[in-house]
Amino acid sequence: MGWMNIYAAVYNEEHYVITDISQKYGKQLIWIVSSIVLAIIILIIDENFYTAFAYLIFGIFLVANIAVPFLGREVKGSRSWFRFGDFGIQPAEFMKFATNLALAKFLSNQNIKIADYKNTFITLILIGVPLLIIKVLQDETGLAIVFVAFIFTLYREGLSVNYLLLGFLAIVLFILALLINNTYLFVIIASLCIIAVVVVRKNARNLFIIAAVGIVACTMVKGTSMVYEHMEPHQKIRIDVLLGRGTVDLKKEGYNVNQAKIAIGSGGFLGKGYLQGTQTKYDFVPEQDTDFIFCTVGEEWGFVGSTIVIVLLLTLIIRVVFMAERQRSPFSRIYGYGVASVLFFHLTVNVGMTIGLAPVIGIPLPFFSYGGSSLWSFTILLFIFIKLDSHRLQILR
Amino acid sequence: MNHQLAERKYIIIGVFLLVGLAFITRLFYIQVIDDSYKLDARNQAFRYQTEFPLRGYIYDRNNKLLVYNEAAYDLMVLPKDVKKIDTADFCDLLGITKAVFIRKMIKAVQAPNSPKRESIFEKQLSPREYASLQERLYRFPGFYVQSRTLRKYPRTIAAHMLGYIGEADKAMTVKDPFYKEGDYLGISGIEKTYEKVLRGKKGLHIMMVDVNNSNKGSYMNGLYDTAAIPGKPLTTTIDGDLQAYAEQLMQNKIGSVVALDPQTGEILAIVTSPTYDPNLLVGRARNKNFARLSLDSIGKPLFNRSTMASYPPGSTFKLVMALIGLNEGVLTPHTFYPCARGYPPLGGHPKCHAHPSPQDLTGAIGTSCNSYFSFVFKSVIEDRKYHDTYKAFQNWRDIATSFCLGTKTGSDLANELRGNVPTIKYYDKVFGKGSWKASTVISLGIGQAELGITPLQNANLVAIIANKGWYYTPHIVKSIAGNPNDSLLDRFKVKHYTEIKDSAVYMNVIRGMARAVEGGTAGALKIEGIPYCAKTGTAQNPHGNDHSVFVCFAPIENPKIAVGILIENAGFGATWAGPIARLMVEKYLKGKITRPDLEKRMIEGDLIHKKQPVAKPKH
Repeated sequence: MGWMNIYAAVYNEEHYVITDISQKYGKQLIWIVSSIVLAIIILIIDENFYTAFAYLIFGIFLVANIAVPFLGREVKGSRSWFRFGDFGIQPAEFMKFATNLALAKFLSNQNIKIADYKNTFITLILIGVPLLIIKVLQDETGLAIVFVAFIFTLYREGLSVNYLLLGFLAIVLFILALLINNTYLFVIIASLCIIAVVVVRKNARNLFIIAAVGIVACTMVKGTSMVYEHMEPHQKIRIDVLLGRGTVDLKKEGYNVNQAKIAIGSGGFLGKGYLQGTQTKYDFVPEQDTDFIFCTVGEEWGFVGSTIVIVLLLTLIIRVVFMAERQRSPFSRIYGYGVASVLFFHLTVNVGMTIGLAPVIGIPLPFFSYGGSSLWSFTILLFIFIKLDSHRLQILR
Repeated sequence: MNHQLAERKYIIIGVFLLVGLAFITRLFYIQVIDDSYKLDARNQAFRYQTEFPLRGYIYDRNNKLLVYNEAAYDLMVLPKDVKKIDTADFCDLLGITKAVFIRKMIKAVQAPNSPKRESIFEKQLSPREYASLQERLYRFPGFYVQSRTLRKYPRTIAAHMLGYIGEADKAMTVKDPFYKEGDYLGISGIEKTYEKVLRGKKGLHIMMVDVNNSNKGSYMNGLYDTAAIPGKPLTTTIDGDLQAYAEQLMQNKIGSVVALDPQTGEILAIVTSPTYDPNLLVGRARNKNFARLSLDSIGKPLFNRSTMASYPPGSTFKLVMALIGLNEGVLTPHTFYPCARGYPPLGGHPKCHAHPSPQDLTGAIGTSCNSYFSFVFKSVIEDRKYHDTYKAFQNWRDIATSFCLGTKTGSDLANELRGNVPTIKYYDKVFGKGSWKASTVISLGIGQAELGITPLQNANLVAIIANKGWYYTPHIVKSIAGNPNDSLLDRFKVKHYTEIKDSAVYMNVIRGMARAVEGGTAGALKIEGIPYCAKTGTAQNPHGNDHSVFVCFAPIENPKIAVGILIENAGFGATWAGPIARLMVEKYLKGKITRPDLEKRMIEGDLIHKKQPVAKPKH
């Protein structure tokens, strides 16, 4: 299959990145080999297994995620790890495919129409519960926020555009609330409402809606400011860095992003050559093997290399979308969209943060970053879909 | 409905592609268009290490070494690595007190230095100090040694001519970005004039460092490194043995000797006395020694008299007067002028000494008659064929200037003085336009008044007479890196002619100079087997006793050496200046000395420390 090659190509490229870090190289190799074994196992298991046990798998991992803060060992202040000797497992990583399975199972039910408020609510529970557990209990913002990606799946399955528009407006409002003095923003919202009233004044109900929207908007603005005030300092700083608010000290809070940009920027058109990156090799860039792995690509392979990586990953993602569309069973289709959404979200946030287009959130680049759990997680996510896809013709509509 | 929803895939794919496109655009901007990140990266991860080139050696004309390099070691410190050292032990090793240690450490940490940047802790350790330090250096992390080179002089001669090396200051680094503060460069002498030849090219090593400034080895295995290119060696025209001998003869006397090869313009010896050991102005002791040498206000050993002191030319200039007079046709070898212990028309001024009167040109040169050359000067300035004193004076000045007087010779010696031949403008200013004439400035005729000449010009003047009207620009470098045809030396291969080109004119003067040796004022200074020409003189000096002046060239036919010598406040030329010049000529031409008595007297003569009775002129 076409994208098997892509997968292999991606694998090969990961190989060079990891050789940079000799001590982690060996471990990662074990993860790669085990991932291949895992992939084969997934391909062997009957495709009906995934459909049948979707909720069960979801439940098991949900329990595991609830349990880990209490049973797992603390690593670098993080309570999201199960340790087995030298190796650690992050159950939160596996929550992604589990949630995807459950979501697919729920939405593929013939009787379910997502447009119903009740169903929308259940869907949001399916996505929101893991998100909250991971965020609140494990304090892993990066792993939690990934679940937002399922919005793409929901959109494809009929979620009203209004929700997305509202969400988008909310984000815009959120950013504006941080950038502009609240009082000015209130005035702007009020003026917009008045203009709206002038335009559509005939209908009393509309007037009511406009008033309600205005009040909600103002509340959000105020709420945003309040939430921001109560955020932890490092989160505040990350937001400040991204929005360019205030003075950013490049030696402290701005260090990560600035160093990442220097590393990538210094790569030039063709890069410095394999293993010749000075910025990443000599630890100027923090976390250069995990979350900032893209810096290594950017520095050593230059514009050409980083473009190839982005194009490869995007091709894989879009390929998955097309494959999802050709599925006969809604379950497979929905699951496929989930895979594409998660991969895309990772790509966007991870690459975006290294080039200063997204906030710094610690999430790995699929198939590139060092880390067993994430590799396993992406392997499982993807190969379940491959398995489902290989049997698409046997499923009756 | 379902069909409609399927359409949504295009929007989703569109969003994906849009984000991908945004990323690629952004990458293109920061990786290809914006160069600032590349610069930042280099500044962060690279340390540029300079490899200092070896400075070119300097040889004498016989390829004997005059200047070479000796290794010296700068003790460097990287403060962030200095941990748990035994300070007392360390201070002991370096021979410094704890207070000094602390002061130096503070300096190394504070701006513009920093704990993360290496700086010089102790400059220029000698190889011996280095040897004892090196064995124990491992006990003092954060300290290491960087090698530099220092000038070294195997023979302690020609200090002024060679010059010395100093460190580039901030102004220098602005003027010429080749230099970084603290780099060595030539400050005086040929170290300065040939700086660009001697200095070579600095090498650059690009080292990589990590975030903690730890060294990670050379960048790309040294692909972009450049090796230092050593400076080119210089072969000078100096005859080391003659130079050493002249310095020995000149010891304890204040003055200067310059010896030239008239046929090439090569400077065979150039002595400024008192001189100093050039090794004193090297290394850590330089500042201390420099200050000490500066304190000697009588000898002024740092003052390079041979090119930077302007003396009244005195009797030497009478030779030029004779040449001008003969050339203008206002004087013949058989012109007689009277002398009445002075110049009769002006009531005996300028004064003269006792000698037969009247006499002809040869006699006047032999006795250095002041009256005679005052007459000559008057007849030149009042020459009827010019109808005008100003025109005649200008002509006189033009001819004098063509003998390289009042103008720099253009040699490759650093900081050459122009000397002085006064201009019409100058006298107009002093006396008023039209209110001066020959008799007003009559002492120009005997080489006094405002005339000024450097010892180098003096020697060059003799060379011109020896050559009968031409000269090559005096110079000190014979070849660069073994190449005598280096383009830098082209200007020394151009033959210059004076305004007086008739060799017969010169012969009249040369005959007079030969007479001075055969039976005149230099009669006591004959050299067996070598007939030569000389002119003794005294230069009146407003500040004290007369300067002792002597010029000569030898042999008469096909001259090989021309010497000009001036000894301050030493009286009559034949007493001190003459014998020294004579000994030098003999040494150069014969290689041995036939008058050890004279040699002994000259070497032992001390005109600085004990007052010598000044010999009375005895013509």
